[in-house]
This record gives sequence, structure tokens and C-alpha cells, in this order.
Amino acid sequence: MKRLNWQIWTGFLLSLVAAFSYPFVFVTWATTREFPWANLVLFAIAFVLLFLGVRRAFKPGRRTVSKIFSSLAAVVGVLLLGMLLFVIYVMGAWLPPSTAAPQVGQKAPDFTLADPNNQPVTLAQLLTEPVNNKAPKGVLLIFYRGYW
Amino acid sequence: MRGVEKNLNKFIEAGIRVVGISVDTPEDTRKYMVQAAGYSFTFLSDPQLETIRRYDLVHAEEMASGKDIARPAEFLIDPSGTVRWRLVTKNFFKHALPEQLLEATKTLP
Repeated sequence: MKRLNWQIWTGFLLSLVAAFSYPFVFVTWATTREFPWANLVLFAIAFVLLFLGVRRAFKPGRRTVSKIFSSLAAVVGVLLLGMLLFVIYVMGAWLPPSTAAPQVGQKAPDFTLADPNNQPVTLAQLLTEPVNNKAPKGVLLIFYRGYW
Repeated sequence: MRGVEKNLNKFIEAGIRVVGISVDTPEDTRKYMVQAAGYSFTFLSDPQLETIRRYDLVHAEEMASGKDIARPAEFLIDPSGTVRWRLVTKNFFKHALPEQLLEATKTLP
């Protein structure tokens, strides 16, 4: 009986983990989000395994089907890395230019918006109501995409 | 935002009010950001994108949500209402870090 080509299987599964752990896990922390080094390490290990698996499948006496399968697994692994880098560096940059956004030195446009209790709040209010029992030194506005 | 929440006491000590703005309704914000995720700073809802549009931050038909939403951006505003610092990121995955924001608060008078 032929022994299972575990390098190919592990390498293939690990490359899936390497790609999908970015959106589900590593995107959470700034240190692993801005540069996906954790995912690149996982990919590096996956590629070593895939390489060993392909080499093993192409040894004499191996069936054609295992040659085809291992090559496919290696190609998909590389494509997954390409996909991850595309999402982070190409799709991540698909943002509007926002050229008319308030510049440093300009007045921030006032607004009235509802808080989670449906109470209207103005920017003027945010700038005057006390923080830590003192007049605020400033307001940090964080615009974000909303909950996922 | 998670990092800002973790360092929220530092912002408060520096006299900075942190405010998150998104298209989520007050109900969704209460449910997901305050109750489920445990955020404790101020949140404001702009479901009609009035303020988001005035700040030129509309990301029309954003791919993941399929809706018009706010693109990520941070503004530090002094008590006179003047923008003192801002980050309008060029990449969705790279936004302001809490250390960077706390450093920026030192430029305030």
C-alpha cells in the first residue's frame, strides 16, 4: 500500500489556513494587519511542505494522478498567497480620494447626529462638555465602516 | 478602534473625547458596538450619510457591504473647532494606531 503524501495534504491545508486566518484572526491586531507577517510565515511553511510533497510525487514509480494532484495543490497554494496580497494591497487601496475632506487648519463642519440612545448630539456640544471633569482639550472623530 | 478602546483612559486623561461615526443606526450601534463588543466611547449614527458626505468620506457601494458607507478616517479637533491633525488613510488595512493618535493629541494647545 502506498503511504499518504502527508506533505502535500498538510501544505495545502496550511496554505488555506494562512490565507483565511488573515480576515478572521490576524486583521484584529494592528501588528499583524498592517503587514501580514504572521500569514507570510504560515505561507512559507506551507510552501516548504508543498515543495517536498511535489518532489515526492514526481519520484519514479508514483502514479500520474498523484503528480497531477500534488501540482494542483501547489498551484492553489501559490494562488492563495496571491489572493491575500491582492486583497490587502490592491483592494485595500480601493478607497475614495476624499480630496474635499477637512484639512489641518480648517474648521471641522458642525453636525447633529443621534447617539445610541437616539439623543441628538452636536459637534459644538462634544467640544464643550467636560471630559474628566475639565473642559475638553479636543475631540477625536473616528469615521469607521460600521459593525461587521 | 479596538486599540483606542484599550487605551481610552489615556485619551480621557489627555482631555480628549473619542467619538466614532458610522452609517449604523443608533439601535445597531447600541446592540453591536456597545453591548456585544463592549466599546465605551461616544458613538454617533449617520445612516443618511449627511455628515459623512460633508466630510467627503463617502465610500459609495463599498464591496463587502454593497452599501454606501464611511471610509476610514480620523480627525483631531481642538476646542475652537479647528482640525489639528488628521489621517485619511490610503489603505483600508492601515489606519491610525492609538500611540500615533496619543502623540497627535500633544500638538493640541
